[in-house]
Amino acid sequence: MTTFDTLNRRTVLKGAAGLGALSLLPGSALAADYPTRPVELICPWSAGGGTDATGRMIAALLEKRLGQTFNVVNRTGGSGVVGHSAIANAKNDGYAIGTVTVEIAMMHWVGLTDLTPADYTPLGLYNADNPGVTVSANSEYKDIKALSAAIKASAPGTFKASGTGQGGIWHLALVGWMLALGLAANHVTWVPSEGSAPAMQDLVAGGIDIVTASLAETKAMVDAGRAVNLALMGDERVASYPDVPTLKENGMDFTLATWRSIGGPLGMPQEAIDAVSAALAEIVVDPEFVEFMSGRGFGIKYLAPAEHAAFMAQTDKVMGEALAAAGLAT
Amino acid sequence: MISLDVLSQAASLAFSVQVIAIVIAAAAFGMFVGAMPGLTATMATALLVPVTFFMDPVPALAAIVAASGMAIYAGDIPGALLRMPGTPASAAYVEDSHQLALKGKLNLSLGVSLTVSSVGGLFGVVILILCAPVLAEFALNFTSFEFFWLATLGLSCAIFIAARDPLKAAVSLFIGLALSTVGLDPASGHPRFTFGVVDLLAGVEFVPAMIGLFAIGEILRGAIRLHSDPVPQVPPTRGPLFKGMGGILRKYPRNILRSSALGTVIGALPGSGADIAAWMAYAVSKRFSKTPEEYGKGSVEGLVDASSANNAAVGGSWIPALVFGIPGDSITAIVIGVLYMKGMNPGPTVFLINPQLIYAVFMIFILTNIVMLPLGWATVKVARTVLSVPRRILLPLVLTFCIVGSFALTSSSFGIALMLVIGLLGWVMEDNGFPMAPIILGLILGQLFERTFVTSMIKADGDLLAFFERPIAAGLGVFVFLVWGGALIGAVLAARRRRMAAEMDARL
Repeated sequence: MTTFDTLNRRTVLKGAAGLGALSLLPGSALAADYPTRPVELICPWSAGGGTDATGRMIAALLEKRLGQTFNVVNRTGGSGVVGHSAIANAKNDGYAIGTVTVEIAMMHWVGLTDLTPADYTPLGLYNADNPGVTVSANSEYKDIKALSAAIKASAPGTFKASGTGQGGIWHLALVGWMLALGLAANHVTWVPSEGSAPAMQDLVAGGIDIVTASLAETKAMVDAGRAVNLALMGDERVASYPDVPTLKENGMDFTLATWRSIGGPLGMPQEAIDAVSAALAEIVVDPEFVEFMSGRGFGIKYLAPAEHAAFMAQTDKVMGEALAAAGLAT
Repeated sequence: MISLDVLSQAASLAFSVQVIAIVIAAAAFGMFVGAMPGLTATMATALLVPVTFFMDPVPALAAIVAASGMAIYAGDIPGALLRMPGTPASAAYVEDSHQLALKGKLNLSLGVSLTVSSVGGLFGVVILILCAPVLAEFALNFTSFEFFWLATLGLSCAIFIAARDPLKAAVSLFIGLALSTVGLDPASGHPRFTFGVVDLLAGVEFVPAMIGLFAIGEILRGAIRLHSDPVPQVPPTRGPLFKGMGGILRKYPRNILRSSALGTVIGALPGSGADIAAWMAYAVSKRFSKTPEEYGKGSVEGLVDASSANNAAVGGSWIPALVFGIPGDSITAIVIGVLYMKGMNPGPTVFLINPQLIYAVFMIFILTNIVMLPLGWATVKVARTVLSVPRRILLPLVLTFCIVGSFALTSSSFGIALMLVIGLLGWVMEDNGFPMAPIILGLILGQLFERTFVTSMIKADGDLLAFFERPIAAGLGVFVFLVWGGALIGAVLAARRRRMAAEMDARL
């Protein structure tokens, strides 16, 4: 049970809330040592975005399995720094966890924060998506070969691309593609945007030529017939878009993925780690979750905590190299 | 065309006992949250999300529609009674509604707000239903060039609204713009003015800043005068709330139509919602009014325009959200999240796959704007007891709500600190005659202005003429220069008139 070693307003309130919730629960849930009161799930991205939506789904399904409320708290801003800091600095009693996203392997390379993936207790990875190469439906380039050839033949800076902020994951996707084409990292000018939605709007409105973002983010405009996915930067084609070829098939050796995971601060109690990660392993195969993810165009990729840690460390290394190549690392 | 079958399905979904009960409960909740200074319509929506999680799609969306629409109107009530806008959408005309109340016309002020809010809201809904695809199509042609001009137009409005002393208004505006540069640079992503504080990376959050500017100064002033002379109390007025409303509607049909249309369009533009709609409608109203000198001193006309525009924007903001999954404002950003949770993925296909759900939501929109009249009337009745509460009880209560609101929106005590610091700054400035509104406008539009300028320059390789290359951008740009030119010529003419009058005086 909770011990109030430092009695302040917040712990009293939380304790009171916990007690209130306890009295409403069926007896079976009381047997477990964790969780005995509501858990905070910190989301570093704003409400309505992909991380928020998937995080809320996970929270609802964790709630179903662990019998306690999982409150999604959006701590946004600073390109994810604020929320990721909040997760890492939260009290490590297991009652504050969060959605840790690929940005944690990038932000410290550009000097935004000192936090790295090693500052989190991994609880499991649940999603990974490859970016696509997307153009407007009015574009004169109908396939990736034609577009790549045109970019190669163009003067540097002729083409403009967008999808996220400067040095963001989708900027690195463009840089990797350019390097694979044997061009300079900035051969296509990157236009920073606040996320993929404004970039897609600018693409459809004719302000830019290319968007490199996940297929989930381009889905609405592609389904509306306003934009066309020309290629995918993954190892193989995806089931939701079987007609979209990979860059690899077209002789450009580059793949990249964004990912989302659940993590907590370092030093969490083992019972909390076990409870959440075991529940997460069930959730990723839950038909409700599978249907939700495929409906929105999100891929499901599950890694248990040990592999999750190794995967984050691996991404961290790759991102460091890519950012250095792009001249963005400090 | 939509089939009768779909409409009857939608009607049976919308007009069930459960949904009606939820609409009334959510509307009452929205009224309460909106009427509390510091608690915004966005917050009312955000607080509802965990509750809607357990509901079916139609009741869930019904709750959000009802609460957000009501909160936008209810924001007018503390504006009139206490000169504290309950939501940012009421900030543009808070002076007018409060001055009317001080003159003993509280009923007129709140009655007009309520009536035109309902009319404007209905107008927005009708446009939403009829023109959703067409309007979204138009807004979708906007690139960073067009948004840059829109932001410029908005910033120019800050000076026109506060015309009493343009110099002081400009100082306030630039303070707002300076505050908007705190946080990550929109182009390169480098931190600016954060002094190593992680929370400042998110910038100066708009809602705590607004609560601080508009409420803390008022609380401090109240506290100082607590034991000295009594504060200017709003005199209670007798008679029914809706008395004379038919006359107002007949007197200003063109204003209501113009501002409802403007509000709907601004709401439909991504990134600008009810608050900007109110500012723009107010500025436009003042430009075309026969009595511009009354604005800021209790103009019914300004109230009619701005109050209908902000409610029209609620319907408008759903247009891009539903049709393309692009939020029209912060409320619909949350709505999109709820739509996804309910498996109604926003996009053009939502009209093909779930038309009965969408049309049920449209019906609830209409219902909400009608229910607004009796519920708003009841809220005004209850709100009057606020007047009889002694200030030594009322002020701490308001402060408590401010603190809760600042905390709720940022989920951290940083929001509270920010609100208090900005509040102190605002108090000192306002007591020296600097208007508050331009600070808020600078803060909202500063980031949009900077971001769209920088991205446009990157796209154009530094060519300034590119701002006039696209037809819509060129049109908007020319309009901005006409507005500026008009203001400049007006100022020169006024100065000449004054000089001539002075010379005449000297000769006599």
